[in-house]
Amino acid sequence: MRYLLYRLRRLAIVLGVVTFITFLLVNVLPGDVAYEMAGMDSTEEEVQEIREELGLNRPVLIRYVEWVGGVFTGDWGTSYINKENVWDAVTDRFPVSFELMLLAQILALSMAIPAGMASAFRPNGRADRIIGALAFASVSMPSFMTAILLIFVFALGLGWLPATGYEPLSTGLWANLKPMILPALSLALVEWTILMRTLRVEMISVLQENYIALARAKGMSNLRILWVHALRPSSFSMITLLGLQVARLLGGTIIIEQIFGIPGIGRLLIHAVYTRDFIVIQGCVTFFALAFVTANFLVDVAYAWLDPRVRTGGSHG
Amino acid sequence: MADVTSSRQGTQTEDKPQIDMNMVAIAMHRRSRRLGLYFWIPMIWLVIVAVACIFAPFWGLPPADEIDWVYIQSPPVEGHPLGTDNLGRDLLSRIVWGGRVSLTVGFAAPFIGVGLGLILGLIAGYYRGWADEVIGILIDAWLAIPGLVVLLLFSVVFGGSLFMVCVSLGLLFIPTAARITRAATLNYAGREFVLAAKAMGASDFRIMRKEIFPNIIWPLIAFILIDIPIAIVIEGALSFLGLSVKAPTPSWGGIIAEGREVLSTYPHIAMYPTLVMFVTVLSFNLVGDAIRRRLADVREGAI
Repeated sequence: MRYLLYRLRRLAIVLGVVTFITFLLVNVLPGDVAYEMAGMDSTEEEVQEIREELGLNRPVLIRYVEWVGGVFTGDWGTSYINKENVWDAVTDRFPVSFELMLLAQILALSMAIPAGMASAFRPNGRADRIIGALAFASVSMPSFMTAILLIFVFALGLGWLPATGYEPLSTGLWANLKPMILPALSLALVEWTILMRTLRVEMISVLQENYIALARAKGMSNLRILWVHALRPSSFSMITLLGLQVARLLGGTIIIEQIFGIPGIGRLLIHAVYTRDFIVIQGCVTFFALAFVTANFLVDVAYAWLDPRVRTGGSHG
Repeated sequence: MADVTSSRQGTQTEDKPQIDMNMVAIAMHRRSRRLGLYFWIPMIWLVIVAVACIFAPFWGLPPADEIDWVYIQSPPVEGHPLGTDNLGRDLLSRIVWGGRVSLTVGFAAPFIGVGLGLILGLIAGYYRGWADEVIGILIDAWLAIPGLVVLLLFSVVFGGSLFMVCVSLGLLFIPTAARITRAATLNYAGREFVLAAKAMGASDFRIMRKEIFPNIIWPLIAFILIDIPIAIVIEGALSFLGLSVKAPTPSWGGIIAEGREVLSTYPHIAMYPTLVMFVTVLSFNLVGDAIRRRLADVREGAI
């Protein structure tokens, strides 16, 4: 418990630092949003007027404090460009990104767990070497390349799946999932290697344990040993990684959503970057940091739940 | 044990030709550690790419932004070995010039990141106390923002010059480099030779530079080797989004992004740069892996 409280305090400080740095970065920019809004042929007075209106001519620190106050009361500001409420914009689009990330993580795990087991079962065996080579190749393949190849093969070549687009869940589950498969797969094909390698290393050492030898002596089948007895104790590092990967996945969704035309939070951010809609950028980054920090906190909790030693042994680290 | 007895037998009965198993084992070990094809083939490819990129202005390529109005979106033809892109620019030349950007970023960014991370990690690990705490919080904050988001922010704030791309990409490598350095520094800061240097009145800076730095350099070199392909990949993603170096300058990600728009009709425009980038990144990974294993051997004194 004390450990979790310590983590919580630390996370709060981290969030404060993240938002402040972003705010500073976004607000010291040359050529602010007032120019963009005023249009190409506007006078200096008009620009000043817009600045006045948005409150952009006050010191950065005061604006930051105001903004933080707003965040706690649910007012994340309104977009400069289309006057959309930032909180609404973010929460509208986040479920879409979340679905994509969840699907990607499920696909990655369903590739990583069997592959990791097969490699760990006979280290340096034939299966291990083939899987290792595949992992090496796919780690050298960034997600945007995988995406392009997948589109080329499955959408343009075979025509099985749509290349772009998004359908809301209300149109039916399959209609919703169909355009999500390729984007999720392009993310998963990068993520699975790391999960697989961690699982492999940990499982190799778990398979040396006495209780595995006992299970084997009892005549238990290899599959049952691997899935029932070895998987849970070998998955701790992998679970930790799942939390850390949230940041990578969030980064990955930005580019994948752009390629596949999925209206998620990544597209919102990219659009805000192109239009220099700073309040939206600020909102997105804050939300990303919040999501990352929450995910890692949950991982800490899951760790305590998975490993009895952490629960009873008190604090670690 | 077996080795000891066998060598003793060898000295006692010298007329009998005996195979010294110890020497055989050493020879086998050396053989297994020799850099194999998985090192040399990627290395040759990397050398070809590097030479092609460095000498790009000298080997008679058409300029990367010259439009050939006769061949637009053409598959490979005479004069354009890889064909031309959407606007009729020579694809081979664009890939080579784009490679200059990718390789520059790939080498510069990790060095910048590891250099800065080294300083932070040394300070945190050597002085401990509040400096450690502050640096720890900064690093956690840095890690809480997805890397691509940091780069997006930087590209908006500082614009798209090659230098700024290198620096902002380098910043991404600081947290991990700082953590590695800090852990290694903690390991060495309490050792006897550091205490001895302190007792002799060496300054903190001198201790860090002469006593600690040489000991912690190896993990950092290994880390740089891992980072080179990562930097190339991230630069590719960034230029794919059009947020790396500014438009007329070609870069691999940018060419792929342009090719994506005509993927159904002219797939070669996206496929050639994808292939080149994939093979290059794979080669860096393979070479880095081989060197890293080698370094581990050197450190363990096995060589």
